[in-house]
Amino acid sequence: MDQALASRGRTVNVRSAQTGVWALLPGALSLAVLLTLMGGALAAIFSVAPPIRPMAILQDPYIGKVVRWQAILSATLSVGLALPVARALARRDQFPGRTLLVTFLGLPVVMPVIVAVLGLVAVYGKSGLINTWVAYLGGEITLPLYGLTGILMAHVFFNLPLAVRLLLPAWQTIPEESWKLASSLGLSSRLLLRLIEWPAVSPFLPGVCLIVFLLCFTSFAVVLTLGGGPASTTIEVAIYQSLRYDFDPAQAAMLALIQFVLCTSIALILIKWIPVLANSSGRRIDARHRPDLKNPIGRTVDITLILTTACFLFIPVLAVFTQGIRGPITSVISNPDLWWAVLRSLLIALGATATACGLALGLALSARFLRFSLRMHRVSEILILMGSLSLAIPAMIIGTGLFIVLLQAGALDRGTLLVICAVNALMILPYLIRSIAPTLMRSAQQYDQLCAQLGLRGWPRFRVVDWPAIRRPIGFSLGLGGALSFGDMGVAALFDTQGDTTLPVLLFHQMGAYRFDEASVTAVILMLLSVSLFWLIDRSIGR
Amino acid sequence: MFLKLDDVEFSLGQWRLQVSLCLEQGQCLALIGPSGAGKSTLLSLIAGFETPSRGSIRINGDTVNQLDPASRPVTMMFQENNLFNHLSLYDNIALGCHPGLKLNSSDKDRIHIAMTATELTAIATRLPADVSGGERQRAALARCLVQHRPLLLLDEPFASLDPRLRHQMHALVDSLRKANELTVIVVTHLPTEISPLAGTTAFMHDGRLLEYGPTAELLAKPQHAELTRYLKFTQAHYTPDF
Amino acid sequence: MMLPRLSHTWSFLSGVLLLIAAAASRADVPTLTVYTYSSFASDWGPGPLIEPAYEAHCGCDLKFVALEDGAALLGRLKLEGAGTSADVILGLDTSLTREAMDTGLLMPHDIDLQTIAFATPWNDPVFVPFDLGYFGFVYDSESVGTPPASLKELVDNPDSPPIIIQDPRTSTPGLGLLLWMRSVFGDEEMAAWARLSPRIVTVTKGWSEAYGLFLEGEAPMVLSYTTSPAYHRHVENTDRFKVAMFDEGHYQQVEVAARVTTSAQPERAQDFLRFMLSDAVQQLLPTTNWMLPAVRTNQALPEAFLEAELPMRVLSFTPDDVKMNRKEWIKRWLAAVER
Repeated sequence: MDQALASRGRTVNVRSAQTGVWALLPGALSLAVLLTLMGGALAAIFSVAPPIRPMAILQDPYIGKVVRWQAILSATLSVGLALPVARALARRDQFPGRTLLVTFLGLPVVMPVIVAVLGLVAVYGKSGLINTWVAYLGGEITLPLYGLTGILMAHVFFNLPLAVRLLLPAWQTIPEESWKLASSLGLSSRLLLRLIEWPAVSPFLPGVCLIVFLLCFTSFAVVLTLGGGPASTTIEVAIYQSLRYDFDPAQAAMLALIQFVLCTSIALILIKWIPVLANSSGRRIDARHRPDLKNPIGRTVDITLILTTACFLFIPVLAVFTQGIRGPITSVISNPDLWWAVLRSLLIALGATATACGLALGLALSARFLRFSLRMHRVSEILILMGSLSLAIPAMIIGTGLFIVLLQAGALDRGTLLVICAVNALMILPYLIRSIAPTLMRSAQQYDQLCAQLGLRGWPRFRVVDWPAIRRPIGFSLGLGGALSFGDMGVAALFDTQGDTTLPVLLFHQMGAYRFDEASVTAVILMLLSVSLFWLIDRSIGR
Repeated sequence: MFLKLDDVEFSLGQWRLQVSLCLEQGQCLALIGPSGAGKSTLLSLIAGFETPSRGSIRINGDTVNQLDPASRPVTMMFQENNLFNHLSLYDNIALGCHPGLKLNSSDKDRIHIAMTATELTAIATRLPADVSGGERQRAALARCLVQHRPLLLLDEPFASLDPRLRHQMHALVDSLRKANELTVIVVTHLPTEISPLAGTTAFMHDGRLLEYGPTAELLAKPQHAELTRYLKFTQAHYTPDF
Repeated sequence: MMLPRLSHTWSFLSGVLLLIAAAASRADVPTLTVYTYSSFASDWGPGPLIEPAYEAHCGCDLKFVALEDGAALLGRLKLEGAGTSADVILGLDTSLTREAMDTGLLMPHDIDLQTIAFATPWNDPVFVPFDLGYFGFVYDSESVGTPPASLKELVDNPDSPPIIIQDPRTSTPGLGLLLWMRSVFGDEEMAAWARLSPRIVTVTKGWSEAYGLFLEGEAPMVLSYTTSPAYHRHVENTDRFKVAMFDEGHYQQVEVAARVTTSAQPERAQDFLRFMLSDAVQQLLPTTNWMLPAVRTNQALPEAFLEAELPMRVLSFTPDDVKMNRKEWIKRWLAAVER
C-alpha cells in the first residue's frame, strides 16, 4: 500500500531526480552531437592547418566591408511583405486552389540557386518576359536586375514564401471567441489587426526573422550573381575563397567563427523577443467569424495580394518549367546516371531529415523539461537557440572539417554519405526546431499536470499527447527539410567522386559541359521530385 | 414584443435547428437543454454570428437577419476568451465604448459606473492573466454594460466559477438587468440555480424548443419525457435560497 | 523504342545489384587512381572514353576521382597530404602549379620532353601539359555586329558590348581575365578595370552562371574560352556564337598532369601520362573537353575548330608570378571594380 502510494507520488512529481536525468538525456545527446559536429569540424580544420595569426583577419579592411546591410534589408523586406500576404491567406481561408498555393509556397526555397536565378532572369532579364512584352507594345524598359534590387528581389523570391508559411500558423492561435467578440464590437479591419492579429503574430516574428536573416546573411551565389559586382560580397565569399582558392582552411575556419559569433550576437539580441510559447493550437484557421470578411476594399486588397504573390513566385518557376519541357527530355531521363543521382539524393534527403528530426526532438523535449519542471527559462531558450544557429556556420566548413575527420579515420569510402546527411541535417535543423519547440511547449503548458496525473511519461506520453500536437508543424518542416537536402549542392559537391553524384551535382555537371538544355530538364525533374517529396512527407506525417 | 423569432431555421449538415420564440423587454429567459441541443447556436443566430436559412429575427420590431453582429442591439458573453489577453481590464471594458479606444468624458463616466457596479475599480490596470476567473467574467460583463445594448446573451459564462461567485454574478446580472431594463437570455445547465433570476425557462432538445414557460412551473411539472430525464440529473444542484 | 528503354531499366536494376554486391571484392587487377575535375570525368567529358582505352592498354583498372574543379582538386590533395590515394593528378592549370609544387607531393615525370612536339614551349620536370585553351570573349552574332578587335578597344570604347565576367576569387576564367588584363595593361590595370566596369553587367561565381546568363540573353558577350563557338558548331550546328579575337593576344590556360610521390606504382603513373600525350587521347580532347591538344598531331583539328579562332599571340605569366602576386592583384581588382 505504502509502496503503491510512493510510486504514484513519484509519477506526479515531475521534478524528481530520476525523471530529470531521463528527461535531460535527449537534449544532452542532441547537443553533444551538434557540438561535436560543429566543433569537431572546426577543430579538425585547425588541427591540420593551425591559424598562424588569428587576429590578423580582423585587421583586414576587407572583412569589415563584407558585413553588409543587404541581409538586414532582405530579411526585413521578405518578412515585411510576408505579413500582409499571410494575413490575406489567413483571411481568405477557402478559395479554390488555396491548398495548392500554400503547398507550392515551399517551392522557391528548395530550388537550386542557379536555377532560380535563371528563372528570375527569364522573367525580369533583358530578354525576359516583361521586356519582351514591353517591346511588343513598343516600349522599352531596363529593369535594374543587377545590384541591390536584384539581390533583394531574389531574396524575397526565396524567403517570402517561406516566411508566409512560417507565419500562417500564427492565425491558428486566435480563438474563435475573439473573432465573435470583434464582430459584436464592430471592430474595423485596422483594429482587428491591432487588437487581435498583431498580438497573435508578433511572437512568431523574431523567430521567422532570425531564420530569414541567417539565410540572407549566408547566401552567396545570389549575392554574387545578381549583385552586379563584388561590392555586395558577403563573408561567405571570403570563406569560399579562403577554402577553395587560397588553400587556407584555417583562415576559412576563422572567418566562419567570426560569422558564427556575429550571427549568435544578433540571435541573442533577438532572443529577448522570441517567446518559445507562442504557437498554433493545432486548430484550423477559421476566418468564418471575422467581421471584415465582406469589406470590399479588404477583399480587393487580399485578392490583389494573393494574385501578385502567386505571379511573382510562380512565373519564374513556370519559366524554368517551360524551358525544361522544351529540352531533350528523352535523352536526359534515359540516362541511368540520372536515376542513380536521384537515388542518392533521396537517401541523403531521408537520412538528413531523420537525423535532424531526432536532434530537434531531443533539444525540444529537454528544453521543455528545463522550462516547465526545472523553471530554467534561460537555459531552455539557449538550448533551443543552439538548434537555430547551425545555419550560421557554412555547410562548406563543416563539410571540410568532417572530411578531414573521415580522412584521418580512413573511412572516406564508407562515411561520405553519412557526413553529407549530417551536414544537411544541421542545415535544416533550424526549421525543425522553430516549428517543434513552440508546439511542444504549449502542449506542456496545457497537459503537463494531466499527464502527471495519468502517469503518462516518456514514450507513451510522446505518442499519445505530444506527437498528435506536433505532427502538423513537424510534417511541414520535415517536408521542407527533405526537399532542401534533396536539392542541396554545396556539401555533396565537396565529396563528389565519379559515379556518386547527386541530382543537383549532375545538373551542375551538365551546365559545366555546355549542356544547358539538358540541365534545364534536370532542373525540372529536380523541382518536381523536391515538391513531391515535400508533399509526401507533409501529407504522410502532417496529415 | 421586444424579441421575436419567427420559424427560424438553420442547418449544419444533417442537424437542423428550428425555433420560434418571443420575449418582452426586461424579461430574462433561461435556456436549458442537453449538450448539442442547439442552445449556443440559437444565441449565435440572435447575435448574428450565424445567418438563418429561413425565418426572421426581429428585435424591437426591426428584422435584423441581414445586420452584422456589431449593428445589432445585442451583446454576448462566452464561456471563455471574453477578454483580449494583452489589454488591461480597463481597456478591455473601454472597447465596448469605442473600438479605437478614443474615449470622451461621458465614455469614461460610463466605464466608471460599470466598473463600480462590477467592483473592478481597484484592479482596472491589471491584465486578464493576473486576475481571477470571476474577475475576468465580471470585466466581460462590465463591457457588455458599457455597450448599452438592450439584449444580453450569456453563453454559460459563469459555469466555471464556484457556486458562491456564481450566485454573486447572477445577482449582479439581475440587478443590472433591472437597473438598465435589459433583456437577458442565459444558457445554463443549472436551471434551479438560475430560477430566481430567470422568470421564464425554455427547454431545447435536438434543435427545437420543446417546452417554454414560467421557470418554477416548468421545473416542477415537466410535460415531456426528455425534460424529465434532463431534470433528473440537475435536481441535485438545487439550492433553494437566493 | 521498347528495347533501349528496357535495357536502361535493366542497367539500372543491375546497377542496384552491383551496389549491393559492392562489398564483394573485384578481380585482382591493380588500380590506378587519377584525381581530376568533374567535367573531365563526366558523361560528356573525355573520361568515359579514356578509361576503357587505357584499361585495355595497361590491363589495369583506371579510376577517376572527380572533384569540382582544378582548385578543389589541389585542395583535396593538400588535405589528404601523404595519405592520398591518388597516383596521378590531372587537370591543374598553370596558375595552380606553383601552389601544387609546394605541397611536396608531386614527383618528376621523367619523360624525355624533347621527343614530344608540344604546341606550347614546355620544359617543366614535374608537370606534363595535356591540353590548353585561351580565354576569350564569346559574343552573340545576332546582337553584336562588329565585336571589339582588342582588349584595349573593349576597355576604352564606351560603345563596346556589355559583358558578363566571373569573379577571380571563385573561378578560373575570372582569374584568367585578371591576368589577361594585367599582361595587357601592366600597372595601369586598375584604371582599365575602372573604365571597363560600367559595362560589366554582373560578376558571377563561376563559369556556368555566367554562360547561362549569356545564353538567356542577359548580355551580348561573356568571358569564356576561344573554343566555345566550336562547341555550338559541333554539337548544335549553329554559327550564332563567335569569339572576339583580340590583337594583343589571349591569355593561355595550360592544363597539366603530374605523378604523386606517394604512389605505389610510379611506372604505371608515368605510363598514364604518356598515354595522355598519345595521338589517340589528344585527338579526342577537342570535342570532349573543348580544349586544344597540347601536342601537335598529324591529324587536323575537327572541322568545328576554326583556324581564325586561334590566337595570333599568346599571353601568360609564369606560375611563380601568379603565386606571388595573385592576392595582391585580386585586392587591386576589388578596389577598382567595387562601386
